[in-house]
Amino acid sequence: MSALTVDDLHLAIGKTSVLRGVSLDLPAGSVHGLVGESGAGKTMVARAVLGITPRRARITAGRIAIAGQDVTAGKRPLGKGVALIPQDPISALNPVHRIGRQIGDALRLHLGLDRKATDTRVLELLDHVHIREPERVARQYPHELSGGMRQRVLIAAAFACRPPLIIADEPTTALDVTVQRQILRLIRELQREAGTAILFVTHDLGVVAKVCDQVSVMHAGRIVEQAPVETIFAAPAHAYTAALFQATPRYDRPADALRPVPANLHDDLLAEAAAYDRARR
Amino acid sequence: MNATYLARRLLLAIPTLAGVAVIVFVLLRVVPGDPIAMMIPPGAGEDDIERLRALYGLDLPIWQQFLAWLGDVAVGDFGTSISLRQNVLGLVLSRLPATLELAAVAMLLALAIGLTLGLVATRWRGHWPEAGTDGIVGLALAVPDFLWALVFVLLLGVAWPVLPISGRLDPRLGLEFTTSFYLIESLVTGRFAVAGMLLSHLLLPATALALPLASVIARVLKTSMAEVMGEDYILMARVKGFGAWRVILGEALRNALIPTVTLSGVQFTFLVGGTVLIERIFSYPGIGNMAIGAVIERDLPLIQGLILTFAVLFIAVNLIIDMAMVWLDPRVRHG
Amino acid sequence: MAEPRIWAGGAVLATLVAVALLAPWLAPHDPLAQDLLAGQLPPFWLAGADPLYPLGTDSLGRDLLSRLIYGARVALTVAVVASALAALLGTALGLVAGWFGGWADMAISRLIDIWMAFPPVLLSIVLVAVIGAGLPAVIIAIVIVDWTRFARVIRAEAIQQRGRDYITSAVTIGLGRWAILLREILPNVLPLLLVLLTLEMGVAVIVEAILSFVGLSVSSDSPTWGGLIAEGRQYIHQAWWVMVAPICCLIVVVVGLNALGDGLKNALDPVLRR
Repeated sequence: MSALTVDDLHLAIGKTSVLRGVSLDLPAGSVHGLVGESGAGKTMVARAVLGITPRRARITAGRIAIAGQDVTAGKRPLGKGVALIPQDPISALNPVHRIGRQIGDALRLHLGLDRKATDTRVLELLDHVHIREPERVARQYPHELSGGMRQRVLIAAAFACRPPLIIADEPTTALDVTVQRQILRLIRELQREAGTAILFVTHDLGVVAKVCDQVSVMHAGRIVEQAPVETIFAAPAHAYTAALFQATPRYDRPADALRPVPANLHDDLLAEAAAYDRARR
Repeated sequence: MNATYLARRLLLAIPTLAGVAVIVFVLLRVVPGDPIAMMIPPGAGEDDIERLRALYGLDLPIWQQFLAWLGDVAVGDFGTSISLRQNVLGLVLSRLPATLELAAVAMLLALAIGLTLGLVATRWRGHWPEAGTDGIVGLALAVPDFLWALVFVLLLGVAWPVLPISGRLDPRLGLEFTTSFYLIESLVTGRFAVAGMLLSHLLLPATALALPLASVIARVLKTSMAEVMGEDYILMARVKGFGAWRVILGEALRNALIPTVTLSGVQFTFLVGGTVLIERIFSYPGIGNMAIGAVIERDLPLIQGLILTFAVLFIAVNLIIDMAMVWLDPRVRHG
Repeated sequence: MAEPRIWAGGAVLATLVAVALLAPWLAPHDPLAQDLLAGQLPPFWLAGADPLYPLGTDSLGRDLLSRLIYGARVALTVAVVASALAALLGTALGLVAGWFGGWADMAISRLIDIWMAFPPVLLSIVLVAVIGAGLPAVIIAIVIVDWTRFARVIRAEAIQQRGRDYITSAVTIGLGRWAILLREILPNVLPLLLVLLTLEMGVAVIVEAILSFVGLSVSSDSPTWGGLIAEGRQYIHQAWWVMVAPICCLIVVVVGLNALGDGLKNALDPVLRR
């Protein structure tokens, strides 16, 4: 059974189309990269799955199913069935609560653990994300931790109830490059251990290469190419995917090989999207 | 708790108190020209005036008078009340518990009303409860405690007499207390019927005092809640599967209380100052009522003692607010 | 105009001004004339009312409506004069503290701290007792107590303006510090000052009523709303209506002035934020 199925999802904010027929399928335990430039709609896909779209946004067509359960119009199994690793670890932790509480509160709510069992489990989780002195950190407040530490805490919180699906929304964008690599390795490690499926939203193709099994490339609310990660890196089928690779810096290529995505390619794709909108109306 | 932070705040209060003392002295001894003229009862003779002058050391140079007075005040000696012929400190202390109980009940009421209104407006933002609470808050904010008190007296004391509008307790009951903290004493000793009777006397004056503070709290809380609800950690709490009230009360409220306490802090001291008039209107036997009586009787030592008592109360309230901040915000706690 | 509160509040203020100015023509009776045979008459909506006295009479048989109308004169005088003077004093000190900073700011801020440690009502009562009763004493007391309301806000605003680019450029052109204060900062705090002034007028009306209520304001032969309330409080169980009309007047005036102030604040907000 798939951990997440998104089927021909259309979403509009007011009268503006934001998603134009997005389809994804994440088998249990797979990592699926969702890449694209800002504004492509990848974060909106993540928000739609979690049911936290902006107030004026509405799903106009399509279907979302988490672990086989249709949640398009209903309640998501938040916390227990699906969790989020957010983009900015600095603002995603509540400044007035201790770290231990912020990892443990979901455990108490969803698994019904008592105080003692929660505390034990929180220390285990902190240990799992390689935080030294878990007892001390559990008693600390967010402002006492570094950005990388806070992201580890948020990862621990996301895995706390062992959800079958996790949405990772650019989880390394706000971090230092050195910390980025550690965090990616940590997510991959925990994911393999727990058999969790992850929808990995990012604009960074280097990150995709490191952690993903499947990749979807988005532009203007549509998926232009979907393929296993090896295939897409070896032979990108769509011109936009190829252009995106050209625009990504790589240490095995000279810097002057960098090319921005050509403007006419953008225009073509936007014209396609507009044509798509007209056809649906 | 951060002890040095509080110690620093306490030290800062000392120059303020000294300044208050200087102003009280200047106001009551220097401004009137001859303070005795202000103090004497009508029809006093020349020798009465001379006796009073010597009694208060008013024949000495002004700076000597000030130092002597400051020395006495520093050790809690405010002199003898002219109208009541008793030690001022004793008088103040006998009436202070009544005022403290009134102010405490009013503050609790203000917190309860203000937080409820602010949270209801947050929970149902953009729906009719928000508009309703906005209306209540606007009215409660515009009308001062003085007018609320009079409206309550008219409506609930006279037109529809359901609550007592005068005094602290029913004198016909002939109740005995060992302390002057009647309400606390009756609660501690389990005399709940008495506590209920005391509360019925407190309810109208306390509500009148509470409404302006409650509306400030509600308004500031609503604004800061609106800001906090947009934070990432609130989104995280929703994604963890917490319900709307759990998110508001468990995650947002404490963060929103930090600016709320800062911005409504002054209003807490206004509430304490408001007791002066509210006690007068409800014939409530506290230090505020006594202060107005002292002014009317031109009882100089009593007025001085009472103003300084209020100044100490204000500073104490500010310290309590500082302590609340330290408790609420871990970032302040760790310096 | 998109701000109905300005119209509502302005209408209240205009009515108050009109009633105060036209008091001798509006009042049906001499507010001081006693008619001991017609004491404690109820208002028109109660049984036993006398059409000669539409709002009834007090215990000395004086016409309540006329006393109310003349009371508006005291209320308006205090509202205008006291708040204007408090604004003048508070703004001057607030600007100096905020703009010059340094020891001037230290001294003025400390003074504000000390002032905030006095219960305002008690302070004004004591001041009137010291200065002596009468309208000037009431006005002086309000100014001495309430200047901090202006000083605190204007000081904060001046500090904010000091950080703006246009001040930096004024400094680089070589304008003097006083010149910048008067020509650049002052005009920029004026909208805020107008809002504060409106709100202070409401406060001043209330403080005057409080002082009359306590029995310290204007002498008893000059009718005031607070004095009427104090009288009514004494006979509350025999003639409660004596209190009703002045309380209603006070509520209408403070709510109106508050609405005007809030409305102005909203309307001037883009100016304030500039």
